Amino acid sequence: MEAISSVSGRAYPFGRKNIDTDIIIPAKWLKTISRSGLGEGAFETIRAEEGNIFDDPEYAGSPILIAGDNFGCGSSREHAAWAMADMGIKAVIAPSFSDIFSSNAFKNALLTIALPQEAIDRLIEVAQSDPIHINLENQIVTTDFQDRFPFEIDPFRKNCLLNGLDEIGLTMQRDDAITDHEASLQQQHPWLVPAQ
Amino acid sequence: MPKTLYQKIWDAHIVESNGDTALLYIDRHLVHEVTSPQAFEGLRDAGRTVRRPDLTLAVPDHNLPTTARMDPSGTIIPIADPQSAAQLAALEKNTAEFGVPYIGATDRNQGIVHVIGPEQGFTLPGTTIVCGDSHTAAHGALGALAFGIGTSEVEHVMATQTLLLSQSKSMEVRVDGALNAGVSPKDLILHIIGVIGTAGGTGHVIEYRGKVFEEMSIEGRLTVSNMSIEGGARAGLIAPDDKTFAYLKDRPMAPKGEQWDAAVQYWKTLRTDAGAKFDKSVIINAADVAPSVTWGTSPEDVVPITGRVPDPMSFADPSKQAAAQKSLDYMGLSAGTKLQDVEIENIFIGSCTNSRIEDLRAAASILKGRKKADGVKWAIVVPGSGLVKEQAEAEGLDTIFTQAGFEWREPGCSACLGMNPDKVPAGERCASTSNRNFVGRQGPGSRTHLVSPAMAAAAAVTGKLTDIRDYK
Repeated sequence: MEAISSVSGRAYPFGRKNIDTDIIIPAKWLKTISRSGLGEGAFETIRAEEGNIFDDPEYAGSPILIAGDNFGCGSSREHAAWAMADMGIKAVIAPSFSDIFSSNAFKNALLTIALPQEAIDRLIEVAQSDPIHINLENQIVTTDFQDRFPFEIDPFRKNCLLNGLDEIGLTMQRDDAITDHEASLQQQHPWLVPAQ
Repeated sequence: MPKTLYQKIWDAHIVESNGDTALLYIDRHLVHEVTSPQAFEGLRDAGRTVRRPDLTLAVPDHNLPTTARMDPSGTIIPIADPQSAAQLAALEKNTAEFGVPYIGATDRNQGIVHVIGPEQGFTLPGTTIVCGDSHTAAHGALGALAFGIGTSEVEHVMATQTLLLSQSKSMEVRVDGALNAGVSPKDLILHIIGVIGTAGGTGHVIEYRGKVFEEMSIEGRLTVSNMSIEGGARAGLIAPDDKTFAYLKDRPMAPKGEQWDAAVQYWKTLRTDAGAKFDKSVIINAADVAPSVTWGTSPEDVVPITGRVPDPMSFADPSKQAAAQKSLDYMGLSAGTKLQDVEIENIFIGSCTNSRIEDLRAAASILKGRKKADGVKWAIVVPGSGLVKEQAEAEGLDTIFTQAGFEWREPGCSACLGMNPDKVPAGERCASTSNRNFVGRQGPGSRTHLVSPAMAAAAAVTGKLTDIRDYK
């Protein structure tokens, strides 16, 4: 995973609630066997709307998306995170995220930052004309004005993101503990995890 | 200290924990063609193997066309869409390369991953089960902690048989009393989602409790737990009981002999202790649940079949007002329309929510001796697995469906998600037994009304959304 410590730049003032992963990337794009190139299909049905922000030159290439409650609900498709990363988005700020989406985003160094609705409303206002700054180390979102919005993040995830750690590599170092667990399961419940 | 069922399963699977994050052992991993190719590629690039192929099971379902797979001479019919063909071929090749058990497209055991797991006895009470698909929540119906994961996590499980997770909160959905006649498990879960909302279970694992679930069949429990994700919960749980054990006994991959007896002894301990605390509790009276139908583009947009399309301005939340108006525009509906006046052109009976034998029986009981209305252009039944299909054919259900004007298909995800040739045309409506009514879900521009199998069958006969209770 790529290390990430801050994101700074313009933001799409999107704001909509309950954006499901079928909206982020429709199923017809899921037939790929690669992780790249999905940006083309990102938010396809929204891009079909007249005057949508994703095709507005004002916001082209913005690294931040500001959304409404329950962002990323529905399907577990990681293609949603891949598609957003492919279109250059590095962080999403919303009042809440679906559990699976925020996990998928984390694995791709795409920050999901939960802030209260009042903060979202203010950031959407700022995003119309000015940049937004996210500092992961200090866990704070700021603007060029007086705004300061602290956010929470799981310490393990923060550490992985700041240091670009490979989670699978980390877990593989715990192989002895996993093997011990398997051995105890084999004793307790031989039907559950058979001996190899 | 008294523990919830969720806490018991969680604790039994901790390899290591640092308080915030636990390394959790995964007992069973289901794999399909859409969310696995990049995971296998990741293993290959890093020179890694699948740690426990014996705890992994792969099957194609999402992309697979549901038309005949072999011609009369037994030759496999090639898949027309080159991208789908490539993804399906990749699963076959990857599973062979990594030694993962694979049920192929023409195997009689093939089916939707969440139908075959329980059917094969791969799904067992008290286990942790994952799959790169959010409807993995279904397996919680048998008392397994089962949840959907993304492709990076698929790769993590393949390499290590574990996941790094923080524990969810616990939520109880208790339904007391008895369901009224004509009200199915699908109606109940739609009603529950209507009550809690699509984010109501976010961050939680839901345990379904109360007399209604105790009396419900395993098929019904699978329907309920399947849609936990539509209420925002990554997993649903129902405590295993004698019905669960009877369902699993003698399944091909279930334990046998003495091991079966030992397993059942353990499974009997998998209940929430008296006095255990849930972080959140929702109580529903079964008598309040009517046959349900969705009107909008979110599974929480639910009304009883006797209801009307709501006025967007009737919602208190201004953002919900705007969303409801967008939904009505997309759905081509106006506020105040009676749901029973909504005409339907397409009927889909299938999906991991409602494609099991009981679902097909419920639909067939309505269709017996009847025909679909002229206005219904397309009606298909897609059994959840080859074994469900065989059983239905042995009971003569296929004849009832075809005589009613339905197409009888091969198992797969079909028109649930618009990834294979089964799609609802733009601007047309579908009464669908699937789980999501999202914009474009059944194909670009498709308009989905989520219903139970019996309600889908009744809509086929009348050509309109119909109250199943009028068919008694």
